Amino acid sequence: MSENVLNVENVTMQFGGVVAVDNMNLEVNQGEIVALIGPNGAGKTTAFNVVTGVYQPTNGAVWFQGEKIVENHPQGKMKQQYKGQHAGEYPHVLAPTPDAITKLGMARTFQNIRLWKSQTVFDNVLIAKHCRTHTNFLSAALRLNRKEEQTQRRHVEELLELVGLSDVKEELATSLPYGKQRRLEIARALATEPKLLLLDEPAAGMNPQETDELTAFISEIRSKLGLTVFLIEHHMDLVMDISDRIYVLDFGKLIAEGTPAEIQNNQRVIDAYLGVAEDA
Amino acid sequence: METKRNKTILWGLVLIAAFSALSLGAEGIAEATGQTLLMTVLKKGTVYALLAVSMNLLNGFTGLFSLGQAGFMLIGAYAYAILTIPVAKRAGVYQYYDGGIVQFSIPEVFSGVFGDLVGGVIGMVLTLVICGLLAAFFGWLIGLPVLRLKSDYLAIATLGFAEIIRTFIQYESFAPLTNGSNTLRQYPTFKHLYPYVIIVGLCILGIVLLVNSTYGRAFKAIRDDEIAAEAMGINLAKHKMLSFIISSFFAGVGGGLLAMYMSSVQAKGFTVAMTYEILLMVVIGGIGSISGSIIASYLFIGCSEWWLRFLDDPSNNPGGLKLLAPGFRMVVFSVFIMIVVLFFRKGIMGEREFPDLFRQRLKRTKKEAVEK
Repeated sequence: MSENVLNVENVTMQFGGVVAVDNMNLEVNQGEIVALIGPNGAGKTTAFNVVTGVYQPTNGAVWFQGEKIVENHPQGKMKQQYKGQHAGEYPHVLAPTPDAITKLGMARTFQNIRLWKSQTVFDNVLIAKHCRTHTNFLSAALRLNRKEEQTQRRHVEELLELVGLSDVKEELATSLPYGKQRRLEIARALATEPKLLLLDEPAAGMNPQETDELTAFISEIRSKLGLTVFLIEHHMDLVMDISDRIYVLDFGKLIAEGTPAEIQNNQRVIDAYLGVAEDA
Repeated sequence: METKRNKTILWGLVLIAAFSALSLGAEGIAEATGQTLLMTVLKKGTVYALLAVSMNLLNGFTGLFSLGQAGFMLIGAYAYAILTIPVAKRAGVYQYYDGGIVQFSIPEVFSGVFGDLVGGVIGMVLTLVICGLLAAFFGWLIGLPVLRLKSDYLAIATLGFAEIIRTFIQYESFAPLTNGSNTLRQYPTFKHLYPYVIIVGLCILGIVLLVNSTYGRAFKAIRDDEIAAEAMGINLAKHKMLSFIISSFFAGVGGGLLAMYMSSVQAKGFTVAMTYEILLMVVIGGIGSISGSIIASYLFIGCSEWWLRFLDDPSNNPGGLKLLAPGFRMVVFSVFIMIVVLFFRKGIMGEREFPDLFRQRLKRTKKEAVEK
């Protein structure tokens, strides 16, 4: 059994009376590419937001590299409203902010591109390096951190080389074509030196050719950087191509788990999400 | 890249030296020709440049819309006055409060050690640093509750705090310290322009260096997209607080310098209108441009104090019209500002800095050369 990187344990996320994620259990192992799929509104992005600390789960825990990073139980009004299971099993409250989780080694991209608009491509990636600096603001202002700054700049150059954006590094991030902006978002996430990369619909809005390129790109960075990847995606070509395992979410509940071949033949998944080809 | 970074500090120091020399020259010319207004504009403009840049650090670079500037300036100005009034003159200044409770003067303490001139200057500069630190401390205190707010709400809250500071200083029970609502005066000031230029130059250089450092980049990331910044490991609370404290520090130093320029301070004068004036300079210069703020503050002070003065003089009225009268200058000035805001939405400089202007031209000429 390979090492467990991410472990989501009995996580329920309830907004008022709406259960967005219901008792979710999943794990991502070292070096795997795991996909989370499901119809719109199934709670995929909510699950991502719980893992990355944007939301605090209503109940449950998240483990990262063998360490519990998030834990919560229903509190206040939610005590009466809570509809999920496993209540009372998580007595502690652990709620780090997203930046703390990123520092632990988890980085994400966004469903709708969120680049820093007024910055160049190079600076977008360089800013992401900020969380790995050790200098305080005074020595940074007085340029006493020259060595660190230099190493970071070199890393950024290498990273841009890797993702194929070196030739546009002085351009404004927003002036790039859509596909490259997506790539830049991934490069920016990689700059935080993650062990686990979370991609929220990396191929959204891409044409088939761009999607193919992206598929190759994700496999490439996985093998080159020894990453573990957890992604949400609607492009089934991409998902079936690169995923080692797939989880399927429907109305907040996991309805299936398995290899791409197993998922493709799972009747529940076909009914809920994949559907049948019309000419079949 | 590396050597360019080093040059920022060097260039900054060279520029400061050059401007100090220039200010000496300007002073000579002003004395020879009897142009007292020129000196007023240059001095006040220099002080306001620092105030505008410190506000720009917060509003333009970190994207925190704060209107507490006058409050922090007030703390700086009062700290400077209270700590530097010579002991012998305190009885006169604090005439209603038995000479006040502070019975020492920092420049005098240093004069005792280093002699009158050197010690006095060391004392004054040190007091300015203390002004900054005090303002920074209050910035931290106010920032704790206020920085959870965003945009307009932050502006309202900081505005409120600035007013609270002003009221507190005028409060009767603090009068032995602050002289209540009476003026503080007779503290030592710099007679010449160049000390202002040097101090303001060093402060602005510090801000420029910070803005171009890894922390400055993090500030800009927060301004551009807070959610992305947090997801990329930038601690929002810590960085917003840092920016707020640094901005307050320089507002405090600027307040101390303003006290020097005005040679007497009274809390009554540090109203919201003062914050708006500085905000206007930031907007006119370009939100997110340091050189823009500097240029705009000189232009602003020049317009309001000097170039438009003739509009206030009824004897200049053309052919029997009764248009020009005291106060008319402000009407014209308001129209100017409206034109700037309407037609130069991004201010004079936008988000560019002064050297960028040349850099872009260089790039363009290079491109043209390639195309040919």
